[in-house]
Amino acid sequence: MSVFIIRRLMQSALVVVIMSFIVFSGVFLVGDPVEILVSDDADQEEREMMIKSMGLDKPFLVQYGIFISKAIRGDLGDSFVFQEPALLLILDRMPATMELAVVALLIAIVFGIPLGVWAGLKPESLASKSIMTGSILGFSLPTFWVGIMMILLFAVVLGWLPSTGRGDVQIILGMPISVFSWDGFSHVLMPAVNLALFKLSMVIRLARAGTREVMHQDYIKFARAKGLKEQRIILVHVLKNILIPVVTVLGLEFGGLVAFSVVTETVFAWPGMGKLLIDSIGLLDRPIIVAYLMIIVFLFVLINLLVDICYSILDPRVRLQDIKS
Amino acid sequence: MSLSESPTIEVKDLKTYFFTKGGIARAVDGVSFSVGRGKVLGLVGESGSGKTVTGFSILGLVDEPGRIVGGEILYRGENLVSASPDRMRELRGVNISMIFQDPMMTLNPVLRIDTQMIEALQAHESISKDDARQRARDVLGQVGIASPDERLRSYPHQFSGGMRQRVAIAIALLNKPDLIVADEPTTALDVTIQGQILYEVQKLCSQTGTALIWITHDLSVVAGLADDICVMYAGRIVEQGSVNSVLDKPMHPYTDGLISSVPSRNKRGVPLAQIPGMAPSLLKLPKGCSFGPRCAHFSNACDSIPDISNYENGRQIRCHNPLGAGTTLRVTD
Ligand SMILES: Nc1ncnc2c1ncn2[C@@H]1O[C@H](COP(=O)(O)OP(=O)(O)OP(=O)(O)O)[C@@H](O)[C@H]1O
Ligand code: SF4
Ligand SMILES: [Mg+2]
Repeated sequence: MSVFIIRRLMQSALVVVIMSFIVFSGVFLVGDPVEILVSDDADQEEREMMIKSMGLDKPFLVQYGIFISKAIRGDLGDSFVFQEPALLLILDRMPATMELAVVALLIAIVFGIPLGVWAGLKPESLASKSIMTGSILGFSLPTFWVGIMMILLFAVVLGWLPSTGRGDVQIILGMPISVFSWDGFSHVLMPAVNLALFKLSMVIRLARAGTREVMHQDYIKFARAKGLKEQRIILVHVLKNILIPVVTVLGLEFGGLVAFSVVTETVFAWPGMGKLLIDSIGLLDRPIIVAYLMIIVFLFVLINLLVDICYSILDPRVRLQDIKS
Repeated sequence: MSLSESPTIEVKDLKTYFFTKGGIARAVDGVSFSVGRGKVLGLVGESGSGKTVTGFSILGLVDEPGRIVGGEILYRGENLVSASPDRMRELRGVNISMIFQDPMMTLNPVLRIDTQMIEALQAHESISKDDARQRARDVLGQVGIASPDERLRSYPHQFSGGMRQRVAIAIALLNKPDLIVADEPTTALDVTIQGQILYEVQKLCSQTGTALIWITHDLSVVAGLADDICVMYAGRIVEQGSVNSVLDKPMHPYTDGLISSVPSRNKRGVPLAQIPGMAPSLLKLPKGCSFGPRCAHFSNACDSIPDISNYENGRQIRCHNPLGAGTTLRVTD
């Protein structure tokens, strides 16, 4: 097991290094931040001072080298706009994004698995067909449009829920969290549902496909031949089998949730790191963009690692192979 | 027949059809047999002849698009065809259990062996986990699994095919059922283990009075194990009787073909006889006798479906031109 983890850690480090190069060169290619940051009436000398101070006069590879050597020490550069460390700026907003993503994930799991299993057990029923139609909508309607419609309906027309911001926050484990107060919860609900819709649809489809497949397996028939009650067959024999793909995919998709929250945060003015990213892109604030992308890369790599470990706990067959290797 | 002698299971004119897109597959079409306490019935036939579907019908486990469309299955006089799903669940695993054909697929891959055995006990009686585990352990030992304590904590993938089948057999035996349907349970095992399991099961049945339906296409297994034999062809029983009389003097051309295609010591060097042709598709059964196109004794009469005729010693044959009919008396009822 530990050999397996060490090998996976080394692979992860390699991925981070490669991604850092791609991210850095990608951001290097788009736009010239000087154009935006320097005032229009600045003369050539001021411009060059500016370029020098930001280190933009050096060749690309040198810039990348400097970036890497600093990054190793945890310094992802200072924001051009705020003149503060980019990493701190992002980490400051991370709890808001994480909270949104976690609540969305929970919504996707808590509603997705039962609905999917139900649809898988009774594929011909009307309820099941409606669930599947709903999941197609969840997949295909653009998140921002659904978000705007939700605001229109629940905030503007019905006035049930607030449309922007985080509401009351409480400091829990040093992080500001909204969900634990009613006001905060009412603020999280709409953006979280909006962010969850896509994953919810995915969980429903996965759970349904898994259920349909598992129900036809001989071991389910054998479980019936043992005289087990239907509820035990579904809650133990079926669920444990479909949890493996669902957990894997959901785990892997958590990074996607965080990344996707950019759209939701913008629509609901949720003060998370996605909103910071969008603002920074508008200002071509390179260090923030790079730092954000690096954090996302890091997150994906970390999640992959955790999913592999969870997977090996859930699926005994994987566990054995790891011990052997 | 007095009540105490009434058979454990009596199947009467059972019809289980599959309503598929391509038409109706009459997988079991008018099958009748009975098995008494402690008796073993061998159910033989080629692949696709309806053996497994017969077994599933008895347990009430026929899946869509299949359905029992006629007949009776009397378990100690109670008709299972009209029994409620709850009643069937009560009976399954306790009174009637089944060992499935493919040992690699019958155990849930993500649940430990102890979970899968203990739940089989707890589904039917309130028994503590520890007591249930103890029972599971004992039965595993009975089917020849060494160090059962350790084995109980294993997952199915840590077992070979033969070991899994023993576990499945152990699960079938757990609640000491009155009737076991064993669907080719030893096909996946090597010959020595096969012999050992056959011996164990046989001993158990005679000790506890369990009736056994042993499904196989291996006539040599049936010869050593069964009391009676039913030969199935395309969903119908074509010949039945006591093992000795059927194997000594087969009267249906299909049974005869099956017997001549079994390798035997007496015929060393002589090429094995093969039944020509292939088993027919249930969706396109030949007109008249379904064995007709492959039968060397075909006559004009065979254009109509033969009825069952009774012969001495309780033998039944479904054929217009039974072999050796001159030497075996036909009884009319
Ligand atoms: N789910 C199903 N859908 C449609 N037809 C089916 C289904 N299950 C069984 N059948 C039909 O029933 C017939 C008998 O199948 P069965 O499994 O009982 O054969 P078998 O005698 O057990 O054969 P084998 O020796 O290969 O196990 C098949 O040929 C098939 O036509
Ligand atoms: S009825 Fe005719 S075709 Fe059928 S088995 Fe008998 S002899 Fe052969
Ligand atoms: Mg079969």
